[in-house]
Amino acid sequence: MEKITFEQLQEELYYEKLTNGLDVYILPKIGFNKTYATFTTKYGSVDNQFIPLGKEEFVKVPDGIAHFLEHKLFEKEDGDVFQQFSRQGASANAFTSFTRTAYLFSSTSDVELNLETLIDFVQDPYFTEKTVEKEKGIIGQEITMYDDNPDWRLYFGLIENLYQNHPVKIDIAGTIDSISHITKDLLYECYNTFYHPSNMLLFVVGPVDVEKIMKQIKENQAKKPFESQPEIKRRFEAEKKEANEGKKVLEMNVQTPKCLLGIKALHHDQSGMEMLKNELTTNVLLDMLFGKSSANYEQLYNEGLIDDTFSYDYTQESGFGFAMIGGDTSNPEQLVARLKEMLFAVKNSGLTNEALQRTKKKKIGGFLRAVNSPEFIANQFTRYAFNEMNLFDVVPTLEKITIDDVQRVANEFISEERLSVCQVIPKKKIRAVL
Amino acid sequence: MTVISETVKEMQGYNLHIVKTEKFKTNTLVWKMKAPLSKKEVTLRALLPYVLQSSSKKYPSSTKLRTFLDELYGASFYVDLAKKGEYHVISFALEIANEKFLSDKTPLLRIGMEFLAEILTNPNVANDAFEQDTVEKEKRTHKQRIQSNFDDKMKYSSTRLVEEMCKGERYALHVHGEMNEVDGITAQSLFSYYKKAFSEDELDLYVIGDVSENEVTALANEKMKFSPRQPQLLDRNEVVGDREVKTINEVQDVKQGKLNIGFRTNVLYGDEDYYALQVLNGIYGGFSHSKLFINVREKASLAYYAASRLESHKGLMMVMSGIEHKNYDQAVAIINEQMVAMKKGDFSEQELVQTKAVIRNQLLETVDTARGMIEILYHNVVSHQNITLDHWLVQMERATKEDIVKVAQKIQLDTVYFLTGQEAMQ
Repeated sequence: MEKITFEQLQEELYYEKLTNGLDVYILPKIGFNKTYATFTTKYGSVDNQFIPLGKEEFVKVPDGIAHFLEHKLFEKEDGDVFQQFSRQGASANAFTSFTRTAYLFSSTSDVELNLETLIDFVQDPYFTEKTVEKEKGIIGQEITMYDDNPDWRLYFGLIENLYQNHPVKIDIAGTIDSISHITKDLLYECYNTFYHPSNMLLFVVGPVDVEKIMKQIKENQAKKPFESQPEIKRRFEAEKKEANEGKKVLEMNVQTPKCLLGIKALHHDQSGMEMLKNELTTNVLLDMLFGKSSANYEQLYNEGLIDDTFSYDYTQESGFGFAMIGGDTSNPEQLVARLKEMLFAVKNSGLTNEALQRTKKKKIGGFLRAVNSPEFIANQFTRYAFNEMNLFDVVPTLEKITIDDVQRVANEFISEERLSVCQVIPKKKIRAVL
Repeated sequence: MTVISETVKEMQGYNLHIVKTEKFKTNTLVWKMKAPLSKKEVTLRALLPYVLQSSSKKYPSSTKLRTFLDELYGASFYVDLAKKGEYHVISFALEIANEKFLSDKTPLLRIGMEFLAEILTNPNVANDAFEQDTVEKEKRTHKQRIQSNFDDKMKYSSTRLVEEMCKGERYALHVHGEMNEVDGITAQSLFSYYKKAFSEDELDLYVIGDVSENEVTALANEKMKFSPRQPQLLDRNEVVGDREVKTINEVQDVKQGKLNIGFRTNVLYGDEDYYALQVLNGIYGGFSHSKLFINVREKASLAYYAASRLESHKGLMMVMSGIEHKNYDQAVAIINEQMVAMKKGDFSEQELVQTKAVIRNQLLETVDTARGMIEILYHNVVSHQNITLDHWLVQMERATKEDIVKVAQKIQLDTVYFLTGQEAMQ
């Protein structure tokens, strides 16, 4: 077991790679009641073309299957795992993102028992035709719920504009039609390919005895005969550099228009320190441009173009990435025009060191605030690790960013051809009230 | 073992609550102001915190104010509005790094307290009025804030249920006030409301973090002084209207129907049978092992979510679910059947035990965040009680099946609200 100390933060992280390939991390948090554990596979909605374990040909699976699998893993022959966790005083949950599926629990008692339940239920699938059919009704309602959600539609509308081929443009839950093609055999095929320990990471954070927890996890894994597995082969179709479409307008049952401007990532093949630095520098740039203390923010607010829903973010993964800027607005066209002016104004010069220093301070403080949260630590650490980055490198990397770094990112990242806009506007009709 | 040890000190015009804990890397300061909800003032009151947080005498523009916060290691500062029973509560929350974890040893807590005092007591005012431009800008944003409730159908249908269910009661008022009242607000009228609120509201300051009680008390005493007051207290509960069950259908262009059902519990926070009510809600619909989740979602496959929650200070229990329009009758029938099961005591020992375990876990988890801790402690201010979390947990554990069945008899169905799509009209 390896121990990694973060002196300034006064935190210690313990790590071991088990013989079956599973990465295990434990971070003791003294004074907390809660222990939080996540068991995550590097498998998300974008992994829809791959060579199944033991086969030789690529297959393409129905949209939404990773998320469907996440739902179905909770059901066992003898009932529902949610029930078992709550009998043990824990609350359990799971989520599927573009690149990950995570299973988790939090509990303030019986941590070892709950941890055993977590590992065992994820490593023991039970899919039948009957339970798969039943789930289609439930997930169908989940999909319909998101269909009515204007923020979700706006977000995916923008990703669809940016990407032509990459599966990031497909809704994580799929569609009612795509999930109708899911079968128990397909679920097993995905499960067997992606849920091998060597493709997974277990993170435990809370007031725990590190030695005892590590021993428990090792014993649990030693009992299960995992054969070593070759590297997973995934396939993604080639993606062009430019945005696929420049603009999309969705009419929905809303009263306030919404607008997001997006910029497609320039680098689709980064990982590790290079990715960390690029992602952080791009976020620093956005914060300097549009943070609440920026002149731009004040102008947009004074012009009545933004309100407190305004936000901005840049996220990058292997194969895709994007910046998004926007929120509710009374005038989407004018907001887009102003955002573009502001972005292109700093393309070759205009960023100040003073703003950079302020943003860095803000981000360092923000990181301290974030590490109060066990959920943040476990989920983000896993996301970083799957991209060969280390969450705890964030502060030292931020500290090293120079104004030249930010200016260089501004120069190369801000580009008309990789830019796109999505709007949600009110439908032109009056609502009827009975 | 004491779960939270809170020290409460009477200060000039307010109470100071300190929780010393080493578990956070930041210090959290929350200022709370409470007054009865009132139709006349709800919109003024809702606008006030947004105007106060946008500038002050020392920081006359939001850019200057936000620059100051960024320099302070990105202190997070925001305002929040809530309805707690028949009261309208304003919160100002400042979370600031603890310099212990920084290489720079600037005394951030002192600066934070000064900042909060500046925002509360030194607003950007001239000639008995707030600065005109700021008020106009914030009015515009506030109208958008009120309007946006319509666009999130889950929020919208919950608000509509309360509006219909509590018609004529203070609780029916919207937390952000009324759209058609915003234009009438002036820089003068808002300032005179500001003076009123700061002389009449019940005021509380919470400080959570690795702090010294003496230092915090001295600091608060130095920076914040208000006139003494006798806060207005309301009668326990206001229920208007008869006992007929109301059924409301509203048609909009939506794909998924939103079903919201409201019950009157006739039990308030701290009542003897309040703890049994908490367990009842947990068995009925509070969690993913509860009857609603199992029967509406897992067995009938009608919904993705089906849950219930309590409004402890108003005595409401509200069920919410998203369903297909055609499944309305079936969903309502299941939800009602499960309530009948609760009243008949049709639940197992295991359901009882697991619900208690999960409630306990949820509470202990809540106090792992500073904001969660404050929300739990503030229940005592709203209800004018002094219930410790330990006592709360012990009472909850003691609730028996008989207690739950007994409290279930008090629960009355009040309103069934359904937001449904256009095809349902044909």
